[in-house]
Amino acid sequence: MVEMSRENLFNAAIAGLLLALPLGAWALGESYYISVASRVAILALAGVGLNLALGFGGMVSFGHAAFFGLGGYAAGVLSHHAFEGSAFLNWPLTIDGSDSTLTLWFAALLVSGLVAAVIGAISLRTSGVYFIMITLAFAQMIFYLAVSLPTYGGEDGLPLYLRSSLPGLDLSDDLTFFFVCYGLLLLAIFLSLRLVGSRFGAALQCARQNETRLSAIGIAPYPVKLTAFVFSAMITGLAGALFVELNGFVSPSILSWHLSGEIMIFVILGGVGRFYGPIVGAALFIVLETVIGGYTERWQLFLGVILLGVVLFARGGVIGLLAGKARHD
Amino acid sequence: MTEPLLVLDGLQKSFGALRATDDVSLSVDAGSIHALIGPNGAGKSTLIGQIAGALRPDAGKIAFMARDVTGLSVPQRAQLGLGRTFQVSSLAMEFSALRNVMLAVQARKRSTFRFWRPVRGDRDLTDPAMLQLERVGLAERAQLPVTALSHGERRQLELAVALALEPKVLLLDEPMAGLGGEDSQRMTEVLGNLRQEAAMLLVEHDMDAVFTLADEISVLVYGRIIASGSVADIRASQEVRDAYLGE
Repeated sequence: MVEMSRENLFNAAIAGLLLALPLGAWALGESYYISVASRVAILALAGVGLNLALGFGGMVSFGHAAFFGLGGYAAGVLSHHAFEGSAFLNWPLTIDGSDSTLTLWFAALLVSGLVAAVIGAISLRTSGVYFIMITLAFAQMIFYLAVSLPTYGGEDGLPLYLRSSLPGLDLSDDLTFFFVCYGLLLLAIFLSLRLVGSRFGAALQCARQNETRLSAIGIAPYPVKLTAFVFSAMITGLAGALFVELNGFVSPSILSWHLSGEIMIFVILGGVGRFYGPIVGAALFIVLETVIGGYTERWQLFLGVILLGVVLFARGGVIGLLAGKARHD
Repeated sequence: MTEPLLVLDGLQKSFGALRATDDVSLSVDAGSIHALIGPNGAGKSTLIGQIAGALRPDAGKIAFMARDVTGLSVPQRAQLGLGRTFQVSSLAMEFSALRNVMLAVQARKRSTFRFWRPVRGDRDLTDPAMLQLERVGLAERAQLPVTALSHGERRQLELAVALALEPKVLLLDEPMAGLGGEDSQRMTEVLGNLRQEAAMLLVEHDMDAVFTLADEISVLVYGRIIASGSVADIRASQEVRDAYLGE
């Protein structure tokens, strides 16, 4: 219990820090850093999604950029049509563009969830290195699909001129937008906590530790893992929609395998299977990119060294290093 | 005479040229323990694997509670009430002993797809789980992770997990393997008391345990059943002595 409360304390500190930074930046009038904090929150959210599959379900997906990107494209494309005043689809049913934030989020969740159900249904028939490769392959297919779509900018992407509107909030205000991202991040962590602690979560964690055992007691691992994979993808997909909103731009780069790797790095740096780990991972990543990236383009060399250190010496990631081993009851 | 709970009919399984299971037929009656003995490599674990559903037989049929289960998966058979323990303990290593049993309780209740309520402190799971841990004598170690349990304790936990499924038939793959004298005596006692609750197919090398527990014994050598009968029959059989007991 002592160890647990230490991790809780640490988690509170992480969440507090991420909240304090943009507030400080706002007080000093440094609005750039508010958007940096928003980026951290959004990427952390993507990591929280992957963590559900990778950290708790043991599914090493190297294709989560597909869901991040699909969420982004779903939101971006609808927003683009709203700006043009055109319809996304006329037949068999009419789907108009939309500038309602909630509609965009819903579209992102829906698209990433549906595609994850298909990708997961096929990929989860494999395991180990084959699972890694097949998720990567699917993500690459979707990447090239986006590249080949001239309607939506193809390789160059699509600028979005319209800010979506959330009732009662002005998302074009940097600080408000940060609060929304931050709120969704905490909500996703809370939902993960509930899910992992539930009966479903117990089965999911057993699937990671010992699938043979799970089968032997009469629980088929496949539907458990597939369900978790879909939830995981939906969280990452929502992050993609926020990312597009933040940048006012959607392009195939949010579908690229680099991003899949980066989301995985957030999870591993922070600590695989640690609820607040992705925040630490994403923050560390952005800090390195911003600070060392200001001096040299080769900042990823430092990222590599840190990643190597974590993998070799601190399997529990930064959180494992500072708050001790993960505990199960 | 009621229908046996478990009936194997002409099972065949080959790995390449090796006939691991060669026309095996046997049955397990309600309320009884059927022991399966034989030298290493006789195909006992292969047979258990086919009954549990992990291996598919090349030919033959498996009927469980008068139902053909030959085509069913491991989880499906487990849900019907076919429990098993593994020769080498196979548990969720990071979980506590209690959590391992709780998971089996939730499996029996078919309540895995519940996403909200925490399992921690859920009396619907912990109470039945503790009951099973007490039966196998592991109640005091309930909170420890499996990694902290001794070899013998893991064997006991395997049994508690299997019992939590409230199985009709238990497949026990060498439950005494690696247990010390006192532990194996305790295990023998626990199994003996279970017989009315679950019939058992017991694979075991510990002859004291087999002769104490078994109502019927089959001897498996090179995938074939060479003898089958009561404890007295098997003890008296010259063929079995030559092939296996080495007397």
